[in-house]
Amino acid sequence: MNAQLQPTGSAYFIARETEKPETHTLSVLVANEPGVLARVIGLFSGRGYNIESLTVSETEHETHLSRITIVTHGTPHVLQQIKHQLERIVPVHRVVDLTVRAQELGQERPLERELALVKVAGTGTDRVEALRLADAFRAHVVDANTEHFIFQITGKSSKIDQFIAIMRPLGLVEICRTGVAAMNRGHQGM
Amino acid sequence: MSNGQNERREMTGAEMVVQALKDNGVKHIFGYPGGAVLPIYDELFQQDDVEHILVRHEQGAGHAAEGYARSTGKAGVMLVTSGPGATNAVTPLQDALMDSIPLVCITGQVPTSLIGSDAFQECDTVGITRPCTKHNWLVKDVNDLSAIIHEAFHVATTGRPGPVVVDIPKDVQFAKGTYVSPQTAPRTSYKPRVQGDLGQIKAAVELMAKAKKPILYTGGGVVNSGPEASHLLRELVDLTGFPITSTLMGLGCYPASGKSWLGMLGMHGTYEANMAMHDCDVMLCIGARFDDRITGRLDAFAPNSKKIHIDVDPSSINKNVHVDIGILGDVATVLEDMVRLWRATVKADKKALHPWWEQIARWRARDSLAFKTNPDVIMPQYAISRLYELTKDRDTYITTEVGQHQMWAAQHFHFDKPNRWMTSGGLGTMGYGLPAALGVQIAHPDALVIDIAGDASIQMCIQEMSAAIQHDAPIKIFILNNQYMGMVRQWQQLLHGNRLSHSYTEAMPDFVKLAEAYGAHGIRCEKPDELDDAIREMITVRKPVIFDCRVANLANCFPMIPSGKAHNEMLLPDEATDEAVANAIDAKGRELV
Repeated sequence: MNAQLQPTGSAYFIARETEKPETHTLSVLVANEPGVLARVIGLFSGRGYNIESLTVSETEHETHLSRITIVTHGTPHVLQQIKHQLERIVPVHRVVDLTVRAQELGQERPLERELALVKVAGTGTDRVEALRLADAFRAHVVDANTEHFIFQITGKSSKIDQFIAIMRPLGLVEICRTGVAAMNRGHQGM
Repeated sequence: MSNGQNERREMTGAEMVVQALKDNGVKHIFGYPGGAVLPIYDELFQQDDVEHILVRHEQGAGHAAEGYARSTGKAGVMLVTSGPGATNAVTPLQDALMDSIPLVCITGQVPTSLIGSDAFQECDTVGITRPCTKHNWLVKDVNDLSAIIHEAFHVATTGRPGPVVVDIPKDVQFAKGTYVSPQTAPRTSYKPRVQGDLGQIKAAVELMAKAKKPILYTGGGVVNSGPEASHLLRELVDLTGFPITSTLMGLGCYPASGKSWLGMLGMHGTYEANMAMHDCDVMLCIGARFDDRITGRLDAFAPNSKKIHIDVDPSSINKNVHVDIGILGDVATVLEDMVRLWRATVKADKKALHPWWEQIARWRARDSLAFKTNPDVIMPQYAISRLYELTKDRDTYITTEVGQHQMWAAQHFHFDKPNRWMTSGGLGTMGYGLPAALGVQIAHPDALVIDIAGDASIQMCIQEMSAAIQHDAPIKIFILNNQYMGMVRQWQQLLHGNRLSHSYTEAMPDFVKLAEAYGAHGIRCEKPDELDDAIREMITVRKPVIFDCRVANLANCFPMIPSGKAHNEMLLPDEATDEAVANAIDAKGRELV
């Protein structure tokens, strides 16, 4: 019997999780200083939280601010903890749960986009088919010779998943994805 | 040199470290020299304002600084070298993190040009200490050094206090740069909240005013908030007439001699405290964090209560237990508002609490801390009781190691003031007590400082006896010697069919000779009727003492909430027969201890 599902009770009591896990996107504004990414990632691994996608880059050069976008998975209670634990990190300025914010704004989810580079090698009909499908997905050819294409595709993660699945039988060689960049719709800032 | 001249001055990194310590009001630091901190040690040698306490192991430096911090309310400071110096500091850093102790740890590092080359005594100090500090810094430019040290003190001592590390490469210690004085330019991303939300406090007061079976559950946050918090807590208890209990970390904030005191709660808490927690209708948690040693079974934790939680750390609120009203802020500041609002809005009718107090009196009558004395053998509880009786009128500070002796000390030594009780609560670090006592004694040279120890724990940092001798710190090590790792054995009896795997210490040192070897005073006591005189001797001797108190070998620590049980399912001492002990925890509970 699974001890985690049974309310056996103990000094180390593991409560039955009744809440359903959800996928949320968090935006974390941090001071761009050495080690800050390690602090954020270390928090997730150290406390057993999930990271499904992670994107980080300096966004405001003068004020040395970086924006980290994390897609994570957990119950509402755990997601709340993640937010509070992130806020405890000294160089963290702000944490916004974009998914919660979107719901507050009456939207289903925040604006989430991803970029991928997809290398496809092949000749003959596969090659023609790949090019035709890429066009349908609005992917751009950013590099090519007679035996390969590199497509650049942007969009929702699900669209990129689909594109990759389609390219697989057509000679897919290599994939690189940026992870999700996200913000809330509307005129307000985070 | 006067402080006014220090506004902006050229100096070396090593000079800056010492200057920054002075400017942050540091009088004592605990440390151990080594290659990568020699420039700082050279500066320490050439001044008298900051006194350096040489320990025998970096772990000792950390716990001594923790003891110093816990007993004074100021930051404790430790200075260690790179590599092994830093890795040995990890245990006290994590200890300080879990118990929210302000600790500033300065580590030497190999020169910046060698970082990453696996140089001699190199380790990734900021990497290793990142998860066990509140924040840490690697200083790569000498011009950043002074501001970083000032910031380190600020971060360590404000908000929820905690440990910080400043890692300083050796070339930065030699390099010359500009020193800036401490200033009020806090970083914008770090703004701990002090003031509680008034609306929430008002809602809390309304809830409390209607309570029929209220309880105050307080913790180490009250100690950390400063003496004013304890003062206000006492005022709140007087005003409301509510019963009060405390975690291990919060003992002393409300006096144990106070009439509303129920004793400590939790796994080894009193029957009345745990029963009152279980049956209460309104719980006010102040600066505690619903730790697993406190709550027992979460699904049976105070099932019919509304809960209010005051904490300075937002991640503590709703972490383990859902609360109805969370108040984010500093304990003293929030209590001040709460006391004021209570005075202004609540017409106290303490009579309404009479049935609750009558119920509590019935629980109290079970006398859950009772123990049978024995004319031939010293019972450990008896030893602590006598120690308390013979020292209570003095200026006494108690530290402990970790294990049965720690719980007996918490149960049978009574504290009327905060900052008098230094113990490793969250991390449960054996070896904490002796160096912590050293730190306390350095801060309070004329006080009576006693480390209540076990025979196993004491051997984990015994080397600091040598430091105590060197620095004329007349600490008293009171060992409850039962030849076992008592708490390990108790759990083996409870959970593992009494198979005492490696919990018996076959080769015990002669503690009296050991004391003498260090130049300390050794006392052994085996008979209950000789105990008082022996304790008096220990108090009178003006040098460090190791007191080998031989106690009943097989005594166990009760009352106890067995693993897998709720607050109202305690095992009381008179019920703790061999059979009850063996069957106290079922198979499922066993997996989770």
